[in-house]
Parts: sequence; C-alpha cells; structure tokens
Amino acid sequence: MELHNLTGYKLHNMLQTKKISAVELIKAVFTRVEKVERKVKAYLNLDRDLALSRAKKIDQNIKSEKKISFLTGLPIAVKDNICTKGIITTCASRMLENFNPVYNATVAQRIIDRGAVIAGKTNMDEFAMGSSTENSAFGPTFNPWNLETVPGGSSGGSAAAVAAGEAIFSLGSDTGGSIRQPASLCGVVGLKPTYGLISRYGLIAFASSLDQIGPITKDVRDCACLLNEIAGHDPKDSTSLRTNVPDYTKALVKEIGGLRIGIPKELMGEGVSRDVKDSVEKALELLRGLGAHVEETSLPHLDYALSAYYLIAPAEASSNLARYDGVRYGYRAEDVSDILEMYSKTRALGFGDEVKRRIMLGTYALSAGYYEAYYGQAQKVRTLVVRDFNEAFEKFDVLISPTSPTPAFKIGEKVADPLQMYLSDICTIPVNLAGIPAISIPCGAVNGLPVGLQIMGKVLGEETILRVAYAFEQNFKGVGKPPLRI
Amino acid sequence: MTKLDHLEVVIGLEIHVELLTTSKMFCGCSAAIFGAQPNTLVCPVCLGLPGSLPVPNEKAVEYTVKTGLALNSSIANFSQFHRKNYFYPDMAKNYQISQYDLPLCDGGYLGVDINGFTRQVGITRVHLEEDTGKLFHVGKGGRIAQAYYSLVDFNRSGVPLMEVVTEPDLGSPKEARIFLQNLKSILEHLGVSDCNMEQGSLRCDANISVRPRGNKELGVKTEVKNMNSFRSLERALTYEVERHKQILEEGGEVEQETRHFDETKGVTTSLRTKEYAHDYRYFPEPDLVPLKIDSVWIEELKRDLPELPDARKMRFEEVYKLGAQDAGILTSSKIMADFFEECAKSYPKPKIIANWILGELSYRLNQENLQIDESAVTTRHLVELLKLIDDGTVSGKMAKDIFEEVFETGKLPRIIVEEKGLSQITGEKELSTIIELALEENLSAVEDFKKGKQRALGFLIGQVMKLTKGRANPALVNKILQKKLEELK
Repeated sequence: MELHNLTGYKLHNMLQTKKISAVELIKAVFTRVEKVERKVKAYLNLDRDLALSRAKKIDQNIKSEKKISFLTGLPIAVKDNICTKGIITTCASRMLENFNPVYNATVAQRIIDRGAVIAGKTNMDEFAMGSSTENSAFGPTFNPWNLETVPGGSSGGSAAAVAAGEAIFSLGSDTGGSIRQPASLCGVVGLKPTYGLISRYGLIAFASSLDQIGPITKDVRDCACLLNEIAGHDPKDSTSLRTNVPDYTKALVKEIGGLRIGIPKELMGEGVSRDVKDSVEKALELLRGLGAHVEETSLPHLDYALSAYYLIAPAEASSNLARYDGVRYGYRAEDVSDILEMYSKTRALGFGDEVKRRIMLGTYALSAGYYEAYYGQAQKVRTLVVRDFNEAFEKFDVLISPTSPTPAFKIGEKVADPLQMYLSDICTIPVNLAGIPAISIPCGAVNGLPVGLQIMGKVLGEETILRVAYAFEQNFKGVGKPPLRI
Repeated sequence: MTKLDHLEVVIGLEIHVELLTTSKMFCGCSAAIFGAQPNTLVCPVCLGLPGSLPVPNEKAVEYTVKTGLALNSSIANFSQFHRKNYFYPDMAKNYQISQYDLPLCDGGYLGVDINGFTRQVGITRVHLEEDTGKLFHVGKGGRIAQAYYSLVDFNRSGVPLMEVVTEPDLGSPKEARIFLQNLKSILEHLGVSDCNMEQGSLRCDANISVRPRGNKELGVKTEVKNMNSFRSLERALTYEVERHKQILEEGGEVEQETRHFDETKGVTTSLRTKEYAHDYRYFPEPDLVPLKIDSVWIEELKRDLPELPDARKMRFEEVYKLGAQDAGILTSSKIMADFFEECAKSYPKPKIIANWILGELSYRLNQENLQIDESAVTTRHLVELLKLIDDGTVSGKMAKDIFEEVFETGKLPRIIVEEKGLSQITGEKELSTIIELALEENLSAVEDFKKGKQRALGFLIGQVMKLTKGRANPALVNKILQKKLEELK
C-alpha cells in the first residue's frame, strides 16, 4: 500500500523501526498532493521546502533516539485559522490574505515540539463560517468522493486532505459542527473534544464559547493518538480545563456489552434524509449486536438549539471580528478620507457575504433593547440544552445521531439559501452549545457518498465515545477510499 | 436675591486608576510603561492579534478588592468581565474587557471632611478593566480634528485600570476636589496606584448638573473630561457650574453632552452630543471564566489593610497633638505624611515640623509643581535646619533663606551655614562694637530717640542687622541697644 494511504499509527511504527524515513514519508505525501490537489484544492498554503527541511532535521533526531514520540515525522495538515509562526494564516479571508503570525498557537507549538511535519494550511469557510467550504475567499474545496460535491465545512480542507491522502491527518476546528460535518461528508473520523480540553490560544476566534480544535483522521486509533498529543491544560487559555489527560488509546477496546445508547428523536426527525436514517439504523443494529442497549429518547430543547446557536455564535463573532479594521494588520482599503470610511470600506471589501451577514446578525442581537429578547433568550435556551444533555447522560452512556442530515450536496446547491445551509449543522450544533464531546465516524455510503455517525458523550467523556467508535469501526466493513483518479 | 441662589449643584465622579501591578491586566507584559519607547511593551495579547486570549491578573483583582474594602463596598463573591464594544483606533480589539452588571465591588461610601463637616459620599461601584492604547495626532494642535495623520502606541493597552464611580453626592467643585484628594490618599496608602494625575495614572471625569434646590429630579447633566490635576478639576467644574446656571437663568436648556476642558483657556467645549451616544453592546466576555472570590481571602485582605488616611489623621492629632486641619492636610498625601513622620522620629517638636512642611516647603513645591519626594529637600535637611534654629546657630529669618538654598541646591543646611559664614553673632562684645558703630553713623536717629521717638529704635536695629548682614541675634541686639541708648539719655 502507498504510504499516503496508511494511518499515522502504522507510519509511526514504521518510522520507529526505521522502515521508512520522515523525508520519504513527506515526499510520498507531496507526490500524492501533486497528483490530486489540483482537483481537490484542500490547501491554501503548501511549503514543500520548509516541510522537507523539517523532515530532514527530524530524521537526524530519529537516529539518536531509541523511542520516538508518536507525532515524530508525521505529515499533518492544519486548518488555516490556527496561527503558525512565520506561515501565512488567512482564515480563508481577504482580510488576512497576507497575515503572518508572530506566534504559534499552543496546539501548533505542541505538534511542532513533538516532531510533526506541518504539510500545509488547509482551506475553510471564511472565519469558519459555513458548512461547505464554499465561503472561502480563495475558492472552494472539492469532495474527493465526488468532485461535484462539497466536502462540508468549515474544516472542509482538513477533511478533504485526509480523505484524499494529502495528509496523514489534520487539525480542524469545530464551532457548530465544523470538524464533524466535513468528516462525515468526506468519510473520515472527526472529533470535537469537550470545550476546554484543548487550548484555543492561537485559534483565530469565531465564537469563543463554542470553538474547539480537534483531530480529523483516517481511523479511530489515529484520532485517539492525535488527541493524546494536543489535549491538556494551557495557562494561556483561561477557559482551558485543569484536568488530567488520560491515554486515550487505552479506551480503544472492542467491548461495549451493556453500554446504554440513547437516540434523541429530535435528531432523527424531518430534515434527515431517508438514506442517512437507514445508514444510522443499520449502524445501531450493529451496535445492538455487540451487546449495547439502544433506546430512543427525547431532549426536547434541541428543537431550539439551531435558533439559539444562530444568535450566540454571531453575537460573539460580531465582537471577535471587530479587530479587523485595517489599523494594525491585514487588509486595509485605500482611497479613504477618514478613519470611519477606512473602517467601513476595509470591512465591506475585506469580508465575504456570510461573514458580514453574521456580524450584522450578532450586532443586532446584542443591541440595546434587543439583547434580552435575542442574546439573553438564547443563553437561556443554551442552559436548557445543557440540562437536557445532563439528564440524558444519567440514563445513557452515549447518545447517537446522524452527523449530517444528508450526504455531501452539490457545489453551489445551497449557496443562495443560507437557511438551508444552516440546517446542515442541525445535528452537530447542540453538542457545541452543551460543551460536550462528539465524534463522527463513517457508517455507510449512499450513491458513492459517505454517511457519518455522531457519537456524543458527557463532559470529558472522550474515552467512552472513542470506545464506542472503535468497537463500531472494528466491526464495520467500512466505506473504503474515495475513487479519486489521477 | 437672584434666581441663581436657588440652584443646587450635583456632581458625580468617575475615576480611572492605573494599578501598580508588575504586569498588565491580561498578559505578562510589563505595566511600567511610563517613558518607554512606543510599542515596545507589547505582545500578541495586548496587541489584540488574532487568536490571542486574555488571562486575568490576580494582583489587579486583589488591588481592586482592597480598594473596595477601604471604601466600605460589598465585595462580590461572583464577578464577571464583560466586553464593551466600540470602534476606536487606540483599541487593539475594538472592544474593551471591562465589567458591567457584576463588578468586583458594589456600593460603599467615603467620609469627606468639608468645611468642618464630615459628609458621606456614596460609592456606586468599583470595577476592573483594561486600559486602551494611546493616540498621537500629528499636525496642528495635537487634536484629532486637525491631525494630518495619527500614530498609536499600544504600551498602555492592557494596563490594569480600576474604575471608581461615585453617586451624585458632591455639592460643589470644591467638594469634588476634596473627595478626589481623599480618594487619592487612600489609594496611595493602599499602595495600589502611584496616582500620578499628570502621567495619567489617576484620571477623573465628572458628571455635573444643576437643579432648583429641593427638586428631587436631577437636571440635565454634562460629562466633563480632560481634567489633569486637582486644580483643573475644580476650575473646570466651576466653569461648568456657571455655564449651566447661566443657561438656566436665561431660560434655556442644558444639552446633554460630553465636554472637554481646555486647560489653557480655562473653558469647556463640546466633544460630542447625545445623538452620538454609543451602544456598547455589553455581553459576558466568553474568553474568561467568571471570578469566584473566596470569602476567607476577602477577610484576610480586610485584616491586612494598612492604616488609612482617616485613622492616620486621628493618630496625628492624638500622638503629635496637631490640629485637625494640619493633620488633615498632612495625611491627604501619603508621601507628605510619611515625610512628616520621618522628621518626627528625630525632632521632638511635631507642630514646628508641620508648620515648615505646610508652610515653606509646600509653598515652594507648589511653585515648582513638584511632589515632596521629587524635591531636593529630604527629612534630614529639614530636621538639621530646625536643630540649627533651636541651638541658636541661625535665626528664624536666616533659616528661611537657608531653606531656599537647600531647596535650590540640596546642600545640607550646616554646609550652607559654614560656606557663607552665616552663623549668628551671639558674642556680646562683638555686637557692642558694631552697635556703637551704628550709633555713630546715625546720630540723628539717636537724637530722635532721645526726644522719645520709639520708632527710632526699630530703625537702629535695622542698621545693626544691615551691618551684620542679618547675622546678629535680634534679641541680643535689642537688649544691648536699649541699654546703650538709655546710657546716652
């Protein structure tokens, strides 16, 4: 098998036993990139020379070390909203087209310190706002399973890169489903960890109370391995949890006998396509067969989660994105007569439509006289969603739903209809509101397009959801590889 | 009686205090920004770079709680930061991390002595926020309107800023000034700020309105900004009071607006009217978790509060037997009170020390616009001078001249006396010779004295002092001269 198709876990063992070198591996990945990238367009920025020289250095180090750390020499793709020192970080926005961070995000620093080779920065919806990667200012990414369809979003580039073998794995970020939904549409594994498990320092903020970085990988073992590397307290992030990080690979056992699985009926209702429902139900059968108790349940406030999310996230975004004003860095409009014109022209030209739409939504929701009716009310709904989940987790170990109500849709299909686009995240959004972890794993395919299964756990319940995901994966025949032809 | 006498002035203050912490409010950058090269004390956090996150400074929280305790506020067990959203080029993030409905300290009061009466001025709240950067407008006048271009220095961005808000309890510009002086002294005694108004570490805005006496409803207020000293606070408010009164007297209506005090012209001018009032869209800062303040910790801070100006004033009255007024003025500034106490350790007459500090020294400090610790006069200088008077080496009058030289040069009084041969002539023989010379040179005055003109005695004393360049002991001159004149009669 070609190196680019192997998992990080296998490649790590090959590097450890010196069957391959880091240079060979990065070259193999770049060979693959050369073949497919012009079709997939997963990356915004690829620096081969930098990656190659880093791989060389790592090979030097490997020589002198008996035991190498998991990430050593493994090529990883990083979503372009995670700051990388000296590597342009654009958030797929004109506003930051030439923005060169002076510091590494904590997560970026960690993977560098642990020997990973950053292959490049991946495409995304501008400022992570979108569900198809069509909102990138630099053009869309294409789904490796069917180049006429979207890869999902906003971490579409990160998911497509892994699916297409253009990286061994990748980092994405998830505010309302931005890791899980593209993972689902691209047939890979994506985890949104518990809010606070992974440092947000250096993740360019969309909605601070919802954003979380997470791994996108080819399988569940890689997901656990990569999570091991990036999880843990960061004193630079006040919202990061002070918790001992377990070895997540220890959770990878096939045994789930007696596990209680709840199926929230609110996430299996109208809007979820027949095909997706069928795939999920087959997956549930499989889990039953492994000894799990599967039972339908109700989290009544999930019906309001989408509405609450589209007040809270834009409200925070309207404030988080205020700093892009042309004064200090990034794009600045020319031919302006005063500071106010500079502000408005810079922001009118520097931001895309979806970003501006959400800034306006959020500004409105926070305005005097509307705050209580919108933002205040949404926060109350959020509290109720949290309560629903807490109650559900008293009865169930995990909750399961589809990740996305449909498989990948056609490029351009939903661009003109933001509400239809927003509904793509209807199953994933409640998880962010509650701050709980959830993983998406492939559970079937419809017309050659993968379907994802979402497994949700309670706060810091990563081990449980990984265990269920692993058990399922080991007993599922899989969806195979995207039929990309050169 | 004119209509004006029926009008009552209502003033409330908003005071911003830069806290004396080592590092900034939400990052590790140094907060000692005065005099630093622009944009050298900055990092991704205080520059608001994409992806950066705030981490609160615990010391700043402690300082704010201490201040709240000193101002009799109730300290919140649960407090939260909010974002205050508005666009301005000195704002790194275009929002300021501040506090809104859950401040660290709620309510409180400060007793202020005004014309012999103690008034309780209500404190609305004390909260914590971050300072903004600083703009420099290049072009005519240094104001934004005439600028060719503007530069931003982010050194100040993120310096911990504590805001104290008073109730509209102050009845005159003078009361406002005295309140601010008292507050400043408290902050100095707590050690939470250097309270330097000129360098901007203590900044005061005032809300002012005027209403018919007895009216419960407040009049339309204006907010006055840019008052950089106690004096300019009182001047600005006095101007503004008169402006309000005049408008009301002429049957007009005061417009609600923000006004800027022009220090050189002594007037306030409109900065922005209410139509431009911001909607700050406050919402809880999602990058920070709410502060949970431990009651035990609050009790510890309370127990460990240092002696505050009020208690110190009482102690000055009791221990040093100073009058209430002197004790009040001395303790209105920590460094002045410290200076006094340091002197009192090595000189046994506190009243004399107080007189010199509040007299000569304060007079010269005010003239030169210096703080007591910025002048050349140390406690050692003053004590030495007072001892020279006591042992008769110099007269009180000479001491004042020597003091002037100490103030100018920082030389020790004893050195000045030696250098200039200024010590008093106290030898009776020596003085007798000089007096005889004076009598010979002023025979007509001697004749006048003989005729009973007492004034002539004063003239002759003056002549002796002139001959000795003021070094003669005046009491001794008087005694010898009287004796000699009697002999001549």
